[in-house]
Amino acid sequence: MYCIKCDVAIIGGGPAGLAAATSAKEEGADKVLIIERDNALGGILQQCIHPGFGLTRFNEELTGPEYYGRFTDKIAELGVEVMLNSMVLEVNDKRKEVICTNSEYGLTCVQAGSIVLAMGCRERTRANIVVPGTRPAGLYTAGAAQRLVNRQNIMVGKKVVILGSGDIGMIMARRMTLEGAKVVMVVELMSYLAGLTRNRVQCLDDFGIPLKLAHTITRIEGNERVTGVYVAPVDENKKPILEKEELVECDTVLFSVGLIPENELTSKAGIEINRVTNGPLVNQYMQTSSPAVFACGNVVHVNDLVDNVSSESEQAGKYAARFAMNKLPDAKKEIKCTVGRNVRYVCPQKLLISDEAEKISIYFRVLEPELNVTLAARCGDTVIAQKKEFRVNPGEMNHIVIDSSKLTGDEVTVEVVKED
Amino acid sequence: MKKEIICTVCPRGCHIQVEGDGKNVQKIEGYACKRGLEYGTAEYSHPVRILTTTVKIDGAEGDLLPVRSAQPIPKEKLFECMEVIRNTVVKLPIKRYDVAVSDICGTGIDIVATKTVG
Repeated sequence: MYCIKCDVAIIGGGPAGLAAATSAKEEGADKVLIIERDNALGGILQQCIHPGFGLTRFNEELTGPEYYGRFTDKIAELGVEVMLNSMVLEVNDKRKEVICTNSEYGLTCVQAGSIVLAMGCRERTRANIVVPGTRPAGLYTAGAAQRLVNRQNIMVGKKVVILGSGDIGMIMARRMTLEGAKVVMVVELMSYLAGLTRNRVQCLDDFGIPLKLAHTITRIEGNERVTGVYVAPVDENKKPILEKEELVECDTVLFSVGLIPENELTSKAGIEINRVTNGPLVNQYMQTSSPAVFACGNVVHVNDLVDNVSSESEQAGKYAARFAMNKLPDAKKEIKCTVGRNVRYVCPQKLLISDEAEKISIYFRVLEPELNVTLAARCGDTVIAQKKEFRVNPGEMNHIVIDSSKLTGDEVTVEVVKED
Repeated sequence: MKKEIICTVCPRGCHIQVEGDGKNVQKIEGYACKRGLEYGTAEYSHPVRILTTTVKIDGAEGDLLPVRSAQPIPKEKLFECMEVIRNTVVKLPIKRYDVAVSDICGTGIDIVATKTVG
């Protein structure tokens, strides 16, 4: 078997892998290698031709290709090595090896000082959410349609219904409209928007596309091609009210119904997975339950902003480089980071306490939308960090920064406190 | 003419109420910061958007070049600009921020590549 040695091996050349590679190299790792299955770097950003990226990181509004372009320029400058068209088959965390196939070298073994998982996520499909009806042509996940339209010049349909108000769904509503299709409606099961408000304004309202909140598709019609879908309102238990079902004619249905971290390699390696995020459990260094393996980006938890993915991945790259050089801070103690009131999950879920004082960012999502709240982190009864927020929403990630020197006890809890 | 504008400057998403003659703002309320005031005013009198799409590449069947308007363009011109871009073919090599269509539809704004190809 062909063998390659490196200090840090990064699986995935999307935004997470690219940011991890730059910081690993900048931290002093000598040989950093990105292993990517596609024929180019950039990951999903290659098909995200729309603007809205980089607002927090670069303070300007970039498109996906411009955003990843800044990172590919940087990795070229830093001398990060890249292996394209390479599918990773196995991660052996004990031996610190990554086994992949590549058309040039055949079966290849990459031996590394540390490994960064940056495989991203994939879309939930119709099968995941079980929509009754026939199985005609014209049913796509929103991201698959986005790839066909934006990268392969294939128009997927003319009269479109979109299920799910996630960002990709709304962005595809605008894209299909600009390309001449009629988007009949966007149907959302919940009573609130799943994606960002700015996407509702710029992708739906701008083009007069109706948004049906608290509605769902109950059935798909059509034999060879979709001819229509039945849409019904749902009650408070999200059960469709079938008496109010209506037929909506269309030739295409796009599903924008959530993303799942792609963790087959992680699970196979026996790395501990969090049941809420479906991603590996990590500490503030983005280190998984297997010490030589780090993880970042959507493989850990699904983000709404790539800017967050980049900063989180820079942490992963930095500490993966330090691990490879045997320079990770000595942990004196490990404490748990847990969820409190109106918090669905936190990331990282574990914190390591060392002599090094650190500012630790804890990212989290709420369960329900709320107004006028305080976000707080507390150890026992002592609040160690808090900030006021006018509005929280499950579709928008929140974060709170804590000072590691203030951590006491075995646990820190993140919660949303409702003000009176 | 009254208009409700959802502010997209930050995730707070203020609902701004604007009144005026369709061009000039007479009354504006519901915003929480200066940037919101600016957004609300501009959005009422002259909404603009960044246009992003793709153009065909000469000789590369099925390969597309992602492009954007270098600056935001008037919202009402989006479809007119799309028509021009749809009939545009670019030659390789092309670098990020090279012009694919200059002064699109008399807006004074260029359509530029967002990616380097070839």
